[in-house]
Amino acid sequence: MALWARQVSRWCCLLQTALAAEFPRRLSARSSTTRGCRGFAPLAPLPSGNDVLPWRLQAYRHVSVGSCSPPGSAKDGSLSSHESNLPSPVKQEQAKAETLPDLNAKILYEDWDDIPPSSALEEISEEEAVQIIAEPLLPLQSSTLRDYVDHSETLAKLVHLGVDLSQVEKRQKAGQLLLNLDFEKDIRKILLFLKDVGVEDNQLGPFLTKNPYILAEDLEALETRVAYLKSKKFGAAEIAQMVSRAPYLLLFSVERLDNRLGFFKNELGLSVKKTKDLVIRLPRLLTGKLEPVKENLQVCQIELGFQRNEIQQIVFKTPKILTASKKRLRQTFDYLHNIMGIPHHMLTRFPQVFNSKLLRIKERHMFLTFLGRAQYDPAQPSYISLDQLVSLPDEVFCTEIAKASIQDFKKFLKTL
Amino acid sequence: LNAAARRAPRHHVRFLPAPAARDGGVAGLVATRVPVLADHPLVRGPRFRRLKMGAGHRLDVKASGVFVLGIGHGNKLLTDLYNCHLTKVYTVGGLFGKATDDFSDTGKLVEKTTFDHITREKLERILAVIQGTNHKALLMYSNIDMKTQEAYELAVKGLIRPMGKSPPIITAIRCLQFTLPEFQLEIHCLHETQQYLRKIVHEIGLELKSSAVCTQVRRIRDGVFTLDDALLRTQWNLESIQNAIWDCQLKVKTELEKTL
Repeated sequence: MALWARQVSRWCCLLQTALAAEFPRRLSARSSTTRGCRGFAPLAPLPSGNDVLPWRLQAYRHVSVGSCSPPGSAKDGSLSSHESNLPSPVKQEQAKAETLPDLNAKILYEDWDDIPPSSALEEISEEEAVQIIAEPLLPLQSSTLRDYVDHSETLAKLVHLGVDLSQVEKRQKAGQLLLNLDFEKDIRKILLFLKDVGVEDNQLGPFLTKNPYILAEDLEALETRVAYLKSKKFGAAEIAQMVSRAPYLLLFSVERLDNRLGFFKNELGLSVKKTKDLVIRLPRLLTGKLEPVKENLQVCQIELGFQRNEIQQIVFKTPKILTASKKRLRQTFDYLHNIMGIPHHMLTRFPQVFNSKLLRIKERHMFLTFLGRAQYDPAQPSYISLDQLVSLPDEVFCTEIAKASIQDFKKFLKTL
Repeated sequence: LNAAARRAPRHHVRFLPAPAARDGGVAGLVATRVPVLADHPLVRGPRFRRLKMGAGHRLDVKASGVFVLGIGHGNKLLTDLYNCHLTKVYTVGGLFGKATDDFSDTGKLVEKTTFDHITREKLERILAVIQGTNHKALLMYSNIDMKTQEAYELAVKGLIRPMGKSPPIITAIRCLQFTLPEFQLEIHCLHETQQYLRKIVHEIGLELKSSAVCTQVRRIRDGVFTLDDALLRTQWNLESIQNAIWDCQLKVKTELEKTL
């Protein structure tokens, strides 16, 4: 029986040598099929057919190659007649199957100077089995951080801190940066530094979401910048507030910060104290671009016709006007000045109207004209101040200013 | 929408090596359920990044009023509604005495005329003529043989209308307000554009031996959707949209079943 098997196997190997290119694949295929049938052995309907199985599957492989099908089927037939009555325990079949790869390997050595792959049929001890961790490979390139987050401690800790990785991965190179950093060595120091500056714990997540590049900065550079701000007499709490609201602030070098502070002082003509106050309230001024600010100032002066001291007052009250879009500024001013008839000095007193939505102003003004209550001159009775016009919520506006119900307001809006 | 509950993060079973209980003993494996971090909301991002929305009948920049939108699967209903060919109702405001190149009050002025001779009766006479001619066009484009009993029954119920493509047809027109030089009309029409309505205003002015421009075009009704169902700009939030969809569902369904 065993002799039969060996003879037939040698014959098969000879057939195989004729097809050199297919060998490694076939060897692994053979071993996998034998493993497979070892697993299926208990389930096979004919226990004596166990031996037939490897040969049958082999026949399939032969068919796939395309040249050995007749011998395979002939061999099959002869075998089945011989072995159908022989019950063979699984172990014997295993032994037989194991001899086959060895024989094949021997023949391989002659043809190929390659290390034979370790057979998957070797028995390993339980400890080794426990230590094998078979996981699917990580992708080498990916456009999201989702693939790596389970396997990287750094990313996992960042997620637990509250960093929104889906936003970070949209930034340029930020994802790559985060993957390369190590939490213990680099990130921890910078996080402690940020806490010293005064950023709160629950703010660290959103802060890093907006500015992940700070993790690549040098710690000494960051400390010099904070020292510079302190030398300009910004208080610690103020620095903390500025840094939380403008996360990019600490990325700027000392010269750049200096230039920007100087720029605002010169352009606006305000005193040092007022400029500092402005910057604390809107730290975005320091981190944004400077050309739009200059252009906005020009627009205010030339097109809208405000005087320099009026501009200073407006900017001090609502610094957002420096970063507003010019088109919106022009449209709002046009409506306020030409259609509602509000003079410049009133607008200087209530610059908040420039920040509000034009649609809101339009709707409320039209409603008031419809009711006959549109009176913006403080000298006249039933005067309505501009900041009340804009800042009050709808219900309060309707009941107090317009003295009408909300349903009327809504119906009126539907007629516009 | 993104704040609504999403499916809980998947858990997967990880085999973590537990410390060996005895020396030299077999290191056991402890199976623990660990949430997959890749499903964490902060890593995955918001659930909805885009919504598919489709628009119903067109409304151009200078006009206002009811505008039907479909979201997601509702876009399929939009084509069905289009094929129903229901009438739309507009409020058109006009001003006598001026004529511009694009028939509206923001265009370039072409001529100025007097309008003192215009009275309400003259206007209504012109409107009746317009309605008559359009009624003939309606009957022609609805492709129904006028001599049948079926046509008579449909006409009695007022259900004759073109069920295919046709040029703009006005089914009803009447004058709501008339204070010289301003006037306001209510127009029921099919397959029209707002520019066509402005042209009608211009032609009314010409017929009255004067000229007119259109100051306002507002759609009050689009098939089954009226002003009461419409949401204001301040009401463009999830709850009101959901309520509005819910309220209109029944109406849309009955109308579609009736027509198709």
